[in-house]
Amino acid sequence: MSWSPLVAFGVTLLVAPALPGVATRTRSFLTGRRGPPVLQLYYEIAKLLRKRAVYSATTTWVFRAGPIVGLAAAVLSACLLPLDGRGALAGFPGDFVLFAGLLALGRFGLILAALDTGSSFEGMGASREAMVGAFAEAGLFLSFTALVMATGQPALTGMLGAPLAAGWSASLPALVMIGVSLFVLLLAEASRVPVDDPATHLELTMIHEVAVLDQSGPDLALVLYGSALRFTLLAALTALVLAPRGALAAPAALVALPMGLLVIAAVVGVVEATMARLRLNRVPQLLVATSALAAFAMILVLARS
Amino acid sequence: MTLLHALVLLPALGALGAAVHRTEAYRTGWLLVIAALHLVLTGLAWTGAPPPTLGGWIALDAIGLIVLTVVSVLFAAVAVYAVGYLRRENPRGGRAFVSCLLAFLSAASLVALSHHFALLWIGLEATTLAVAPLIFHRHDRRSLEAVWKYLMLSSVGIALALLGTFLLAASQSVSGDAVRPLVLEDLMAGAPQLHPAWLKAACVFLLVGYGTKMGLVPLHAWKPDTYAVAPGLVAGLMAGVLTMIAFLGLTRITQVMIAAGLGGFVTPLLLTFGLASLAVGAAFIIGQSDLKRMLAYSSVEHMGLLTLGLGLGGGSAYGALLHAVNNGLAKGLLFLTAGNVVLAAGGVAGDQRGLLRRAPASAILLLAGLLAVAGSPPFGTFLSEFTIVRGAFGAGHPWIGAAALLCLAVAFVGMARLIVPMVYGTSAEPGGREARGGENAWLVAGPVALALGVLLLGLFVPPALQRQLAAAAAVLGGRAP
Amino acid sequence: MSGPAELVLLLVVLASFLVLGTARLSTGVRAVAFQGVLLGLVPLLLFPTWSWHRAALAAGTMAIKGVIVPRFLLWAIREAAVRREMEPRLGYVPSLLLGTVVLAVAFALAGRWPVPEGGGTLLVPVAVATVVHGLLVLTASRKAVTQVVGYIMMENGIYLFGLTQAERVPFLVELGVLLDVFVGVFIMGIVVFHINREFDSIKASRLVEGAE
Repeated sequence: MSWSPLVAFGVTLLVAPALPGVATRTRSFLTGRRGPPVLQLYYEIAKLLRKRAVYSATTTWVFRAGPIVGLAAAVLSACLLPLDGRGALAGFPGDFVLFAGLLALGRFGLILAALDTGSSFEGMGASREAMVGAFAEAGLFLSFTALVMATGQPALTGMLGAPLAAGWSASLPALVMIGVSLFVLLLAEASRVPVDDPATHLELTMIHEVAVLDQSGPDLALVLYGSALRFTLLAALTALVLAPRGALAAPAALVALPMGLLVIAAVVGVVEATMARLRLNRVPQLLVATSALAAFAMILVLARS
Repeated sequence: MTLLHALVLLPALGALGAAVHRTEAYRTGWLLVIAALHLVLTGLAWTGAPPPTLGGWIALDAIGLIVLTVVSVLFAAVAVYAVGYLRRENPRGGRAFVSCLLAFLSAASLVALSHHFALLWIGLEATTLAVAPLIFHRHDRRSLEAVWKYLMLSSVGIALALLGTFLLAASQSVSGDAVRPLVLEDLMAGAPQLHPAWLKAACVFLLVGYGTKMGLVPLHAWKPDTYAVAPGLVAGLMAGVLTMIAFLGLTRITQVMIAAGLGGFVTPLLLTFGLASLAVGAAFIIGQSDLKRMLAYSSVEHMGLLTLGLGLGGGSAYGALLHAVNNGLAKGLLFLTAGNVVLAAGGVAGDQRGLLRRAPASAILLLAGLLAVAGSPPFGTFLSEFTIVRGAFGAGHPWIGAAALLCLAVAFVGMARLIVPMVYGTSAEPGGREARGGENAWLVAGPVALALGVLLLGLFVPPALQRQLAAAAAVLGGRAP
Repeated sequence: MSGPAELVLLLVVLASFLVLGTARLSTGVRAVAFQGVLLGLVPLLLFPTWSWHRAALAAGTMAIKGVIVPRFLLWAIREAAVRREMEPRLGYVPSLLLGTVVLAVAFALAGRWPVPEGGGTLLVPVAVATVVHGLLVLTASRKAVTQVVGYIMMENGIYLFGLTQAERVPFLVELGVLLDVFVGVFIMGIVVFHINREFDSIKASRLVEGAE
């Protein structure tokens, strides 16, 4: 195994908590405030790891397992993506299905943990999480299918790596549409505006935050890191589609990785600053529109071939 | 300026003149004069075939001549009626009313004369727009709803017909640069070389678009409300003239399809539309309590019969064309009389029974119209309907013929159930109050003339008409029976 | 097919999807305005030869479809005090799904029809898809204003299809502009009579007293 994918993997894991910070800082900046420091999430995770978790009497082992499952699923998904632009740590034909499945598994762990508490707030959060996940997965699969058809490669390594870079300009419109669709899916998975507002303190309007209301201490640290990692993964996916690095030399591709991630995080911040969060019954509308966009990209790719 | 130019431009000029005519008196004079002149010009067209003009875009062939005649005769009757109507309804002469009527005549003549598909489309669009203010004459909520529905559905139909016209142009794209695009003669001459896929698509869209204007099922939803709400003479004009020129659009595309050898594609479409309209029209006639609404469904039914005849070909095509003439006259008769009935009853909500005593002329005309529309001898509609049904049996479609007969019978029963009590029933008011305003000559002359026309056509079809009908039928894949 | 023309046609489809999916009425109107502007650009990009006639057509189309009609429509919405939501009868998600299916079918069928010269591979499916999307919006709308928006979209699709024949048949595409006359009539009707919602079918019992 060459060193490049391993280094990229390490860089991704390291940079992950910085991205939500960048997004929030950009948003505050654009709305006239200074906002929290970019590295705030690192401090939070460190602080939480030092504390002791408090468990409600109604919970069982499921509650404790949820955050661990979420984190493990995210880390495993990171192994599948060609983060350095040319090769992943592990891959096989059809591994994009595993990728989507792992993301769903992580979400599922969190949902079960939320349901386990028996609290009505968390139950509401769990059902909303499930809804968002269901709609987002359709969009994700359509995007992947379009990529498979565009590159003819059934593995993530091929879809997002060198073959994509080679055929990029030929199917540019379709790829731009897939990139936009993946960006909206990023907003959905990372629970950012317009799907969910991370800065709200009203539980009845939350989706992700309220599902992890009862987590504390190291469990909460795992949850926070896991969700930052999901943000990073989808940001990396979007960056790989919009700006494939397969043609770059290995060191340049590695340097470009965190740069690309930070740029996308900043764009998320811009979107958060300019848009308001959608009403809850409009969220499926948005996600179906995203799926329609990905489907359109797929139709275009098919028509071209 | 040739005869053909005059047929279109004269009513247009008349519309302008009526619009700017300052004094209210004699505004309807424009209507009478132009209608009379148009009738004369049409008569001249019968005596000698006028040559095509405008690069072949405007010409007069057999079908066009028949349609033009019906348009002209019906409009003349309506014009005479309008004089009496406006005198009662709108003493100020109705500037918009008269202008729109004349504009309608101009556009309808354009459709009858055009041999260019785009010109035909423009004419139909113009008629749609010209009729809308006429429907909205009463300016109340019901009229508004009816006009909106009519405009919305008609405009969708017109848009689809435009798409069909574009597709027709596309089918000519393989014919080379020497042909004139969308001109009927060139389409017919180069028909076998037309691209079949585009042509079939064009046929479907044109059928749907022009079928909406005709009122074929399932695009007929605008008809009942519109005919119920419009004044009698406007409804008569629409039922007689508008359906006729929409039918002309249908025949033009059928002509081209048959010449291209795709008659087998068109026939099932026409038969389906025709039978559906026949059945739905007949079914909805039963149980209607409003005369004009019922007549709207009768119009749908007869349009179905026309389409059926067109689709069957052979002797039925001849019968369909003859029926177009007879039906136009009969519908005009019925709607004008329906208008009289409402006037006699003192309003739409008034008591409409016991007409024989209150308004005898209208009562007799109503009975005559019932018999004419139902196709009983000695009226002309019997002959035409008989020809169509016989053609069905002869062409090997006995079920279609039987179904048509059944629908016609059902329609007759339904209409009789409404009309007969109207004519013979006893009025609810004690003492048989005198009809408000009575019947003046203007209101009765038109319908009487139309009734006589239908009657005469039943007894004797003039040889000149027979020749034109045979020539028209030949182009549509038919022959004289 | 040239790049810019293709891009413009893709944007046309995206505008249709925007109309299908948006909840805000003004967004829908602005989307068809954007579509109108794009439509004006298409003939300039498709046909490489320059002519005054073509330039005038492009300018006129952009003016009418992109500026005049949408402004008129927005004014009508304010005047008639129409509620600012799209309110489709089908619902937003089914409309979007149906729109996607229509697009797929249009592209699938376009492969079977011959390509008209001067059109390229994208023009016919985009035209057909836009017509059907317009019909979708028109039939599924509860308000008069959204019916007009759907009609404009349908009209745009027909115009696009007419462009395939524009080289051969002069003045054919200008016929499509005549359809805009209808649109003008509708809008005037909405304003003058405050037609907000769709009418119920007229019941025969609600007869109006008065003369015929």
